[in-house]
Amino acid sequence: MTLTDVLFYLLAATTGICALAVVVTQNIVRAAAWLLFTLGGVSGLFFLLGADFVGATQLLVYVGGTLVLVVFGVMLTAQGPFINMRISAAEWAIALSVGLILYGVLAASLVISKQLEPSAGQSVSGEMADSTVLGQSLLGQSQAAPAGYLAGIPASVSRERKKMSYLLPFEIVSVHLLVVLIGAAYLARAKRRRSAVVPASSPQRGDGRTNGQQLGVTV
Amino acid sequence: MIFAVGLDHFLLLGALLFVCGAVCMATKRNAIGILMGVELVLNAATINFVAFARYNPVFQVEGQIFALFVIVLAAAEAAIALAIVLNFYNNHMTVDVDTAEELKG
Repeated sequence: MTLTDVLFYLLAATTGICALAVVVTQNIVRAAAWLLFTLGGVSGLFFLLGADFVGATQLLVYVGGTLVLVVFGVMLTAQGPFINMRISAAEWAIALSVGLILYGVLAASLVISKQLEPSAGQSVSGEMADSTVLGQSLLGQSQAAPAGYLAGIPASVSRERKKMSYLLPFEIVSVHLLVVLIGAAYLARAKRRRSAVVPASSPQRGDGRTNGQQLGVTV
Repeated sequence: MIFAVGLDHFLLLGALLFVCGAVCMATKRNAIGILMGVELVLNAATINFVAFARYNPVFQVEGQIFALFVIVLAAAEAAIALAIVLNFYNNHMTVDVDTAEELKG
């Protein structure tokens, strides 16, 4: 076993155990902490694979941005009875069996597909494109695939292609992000709660699960 | 020889993360817990993309570029989902998804 293998097994064990802990834990604050370690482990795997730019982006955007958003959401909403939301043992049993069956199907399909077509998923340890090549292909200045064919299509079928650029998807994603963030700021803007204005009109639920007036006092 | 890390190991880890995310989405009653399940599923897809970029020369650039797109779109999805959750919390004083039943026929 080389150093790469040892590092892979360490990072994979960290990522997998923390992902399982996200599912198992009932406390939403602890689930956020476990999710932090899971995302960190995934970015470590990216660095191990040689994808430096994707790993750094994962750390910056996911761990630094998205997870902070999630933690703020937890802090703004989780209080009192909502930190722990327990589900029954029967639901746990169903979820466990469904999860095991799903994982078994996925792993079995991986093994069977290798048996059916041995050349399909062969591990060719190619070199990883560095961030210069990534930036050039986003600008349309370099050939994205090495042999000049589209990804996923055999070389015998595909036509010759000079350049493959991802400039248009890049622009669409950036405008999409702008629109989404403006929409999110509009949706989540501060406004007066209904129960604070007219307490009598807040809906009373018969099962006693939530009571808007009681909780409105504690906010 | 079976301990030598190849494409299959990364695919198996991605499958584990995917199953964790799917079970998390199905079992959590907290809306933010469901959002965490979605993040796990998206990370599983990203691991697969980058592993294919490493081990299949055809996807050398595409794998990383699609991984970047997935990361950016996950950030957008988390922002809009949290805005909806906060709006729901403002109106209902809870984040329990079982109480979101106004559209039920």
